[in-house]
Amino acid sequence: MLDSDRRLSWFTKVMVALVAFYLVTPTLIVIPLSFTDRASFDFPPKGWSLRYYQDFLTAPEWRDALFTSLRLGVAVMLLATLLGTAAAVALVRGRFPGKSFVNGLLLAPMIVPVIVVAVATFGTFLRWQLVGTFTGFLLAHTVLALPFVVVTVSSALQTFDDRLELAAASLGAGPLTRLRRVTLPLVLPGVLSGAVFAFVTSFDEVVVALYIQSPQMRTLPVRMYTSVTSETDPTIAAASTFILVVTTLLILLPQLIRRGERV
Amino acid sequence: MTGTQPFSTASTDDHGPSDASASGEGIPTSRGVALSLRNLVKKYPGMPTPAVRDVNLDIAPGEFMTFLGPSGSGKTTTLNMIAGFVSVTSGEILIDSEDVARMPAHKRDIGMVFQHYALFPHMTAAQNVAFPLEQRKLSKDEIERRVRAALVSVHLEDYSARLPRHLSGGQQQRVAVARSVVYNPRVLLMDEPLGALDKHLREQLQSEITRLHRELGLTFVYVTHDQEEALALSDRIAVFNDGGIEQVGTPDELYESPLTVFVAEFLGDSNVLRGKVSQDERTLKGKHYELGLREGATGVEPGSSGAVVVRPERIHVLTDGETAQSTHNVLEATVSEVVYLGAARKVFIEFPWGGTGLVRESMRLASSAERGDRVRVAWAPEDSVLVPDGPRGRLPE
Repeated sequence: MLDSDRRLSWFTKVMVALVAFYLVTPTLIVIPLSFTDRASFDFPPKGWSLRYYQDFLTAPEWRDALFTSLRLGVAVMLLATLLGTAAAVALVRGRFPGKSFVNGLLLAPMIVPVIVVAVATFGTFLRWQLVGTFTGFLLAHTVLALPFVVVTVSSALQTFDDRLELAAASLGAGPLTRLRRVTLPLVLPGVLSGAVFAFVTSFDEVVVALYIQSPQMRTLPVRMYTSVTSETDPTIAAASTFILVVTTLLILLPQLIRRGERV
Repeated sequence: MTGTQPFSTASTDDHGPSDASASGEGIPTSRGVALSLRNLVKKYPGMPTPAVRDVNLDIAPGEFMTFLGPSGSGKTTTLNMIAGFVSVTSGEILIDSEDVARMPAHKRDIGMVFQHYALFPHMTAAQNVAFPLEQRKLSKDEIERRVRAALVSVHLEDYSARLPRHLSGGQQQRVAVARSVVYNPRVLLMDEPLGALDKHLREQLQSEITRLHRELGLTFVYVTHDQEEALALSDRIAVFNDGGIEQVGTPDELYESPLTVFVAEFLGDSNVLRGKVSQDERTLKGKHYELGLREGATGVEPGSSGAVVVRPERIHVLTDGETAQSTHNVLEATVSEVVYLGAARKVFIEFPWGGTGLVRESMRLASSAERGDRVRVAWAPEDSVLVPDGPRGRLPE
């Protein structure tokens, strides 16, 4: 009985396949494109080579953009995870006036149109002289990444059984030990997936980055945008494939780890 | 713990003599300490009545004390104040004459067993049991030795490497008990520890808890709303009602001499007949009856409202033609239902004025009364208890 209930019907399977095809295929087109041996976007490619991967990793304008993005992504991940986890603890555990307002404020960057955030950030950063600086990018991307950390850590904390902390206290563990040995290990999956989201948010962010970029401070998505609007260079397909693989791996990482644990 | 040891050396540690120097195998035995609650009050802001009002209680070293009461009676709040999970509004909690009311939970050296086990899900059974010992900075060998002994004492030595989610409910609760006694806490608190288990397992663990209490000699404070469990386990029971303690006594005292209607009705079945106490304090006069009272059954002012409490097994159904002794109280009733219990049977009766009652007859001495029969029931005044019939059944303060 249960088995047949759980099995998807034939119709559902077809629908799922169609929707998945529709969602994924356009993205996957870049993968064969990146292996072409011509300086054009012919699809399917007539000949194969790795030359655009070589370009991507050696040409200074691509390589610099990649390393800038990686450095920035890691920095945003660390800062947003730290701040977002602290905020989530306060929002879930704390009782203070204006809590729902603070919650809304933290989640706002996820809801407010990015272009509005970008214009506002640009205007403000001009005055603060942060345009085109690493600090500027770090601050702007951290704001955008915070909601993802707050949401994932909050939900991890909500499913955490408070009595475990009481039990730890009765067994003689002080506040810091309780945090380190009981609470953190149990909410760590939430914190880690928040961190992944934070990294990815920064790594593929283009709108704000376009506004506050400078020739010295140019992230990979900005470089790609410039490339696609001004040149016909299949290196962008290699870059796209690279981003695709990195983000997909990162998002799948928690599930892979969890599956590994179960075995 | 009382008195000084004549030849004690300089190494006096404040957890009692058993802490590190325990000898022999198994969980080291320790002597429980006294626990006293003085004028304990808990008020929550915004609540009209206090959750706990002025609780006073002295628990002897090594005693098994049960807090019994319906939900919302303040028993769990009181337990949580002892554990340090809930702040104290006013009053004192004396453990071994030291006031711990304002001490953080992790410094109180109290053991706690929770209803839903509260095992750390990311640690194995052995790691869970080792946790409190690690907090006490014991040596690795000592920890390993004590963990093994504790798991053996709850028959789980073969499960030490299992995570809690791979253990059954009963096994999890055993690990939780082992974890809470392995460090010889001064007092062991249990918050409805068997509440989540089925009946069979509950009875089995009840006898294990009794055994553990006997072996460890710890002071136990046990919270439950299950009166049978309370009667079976406890040295003494504190009956909670409405934020305060209604009566404290041994199971026998509470059952045979309840001080209030509430206690009488909460512990076991009882027949409660209300009325006014006569001036000579010999009878209780109701609208439909006048009942003889046990001699010297005072505690209720002459002329004020009282209630006679009679346990079902103290009443008997008179067979046809049988005459009751002249001193006995006799009432007419109709049998509304008979329930067969094996060794006994319950006869539910209805009085002519509409009140109901219950008679419990052992099968050997059972009457032949059946449903629909008109019968007379009788009891000796000595087998009844007179209690005040105040509002909500509370004793006047």
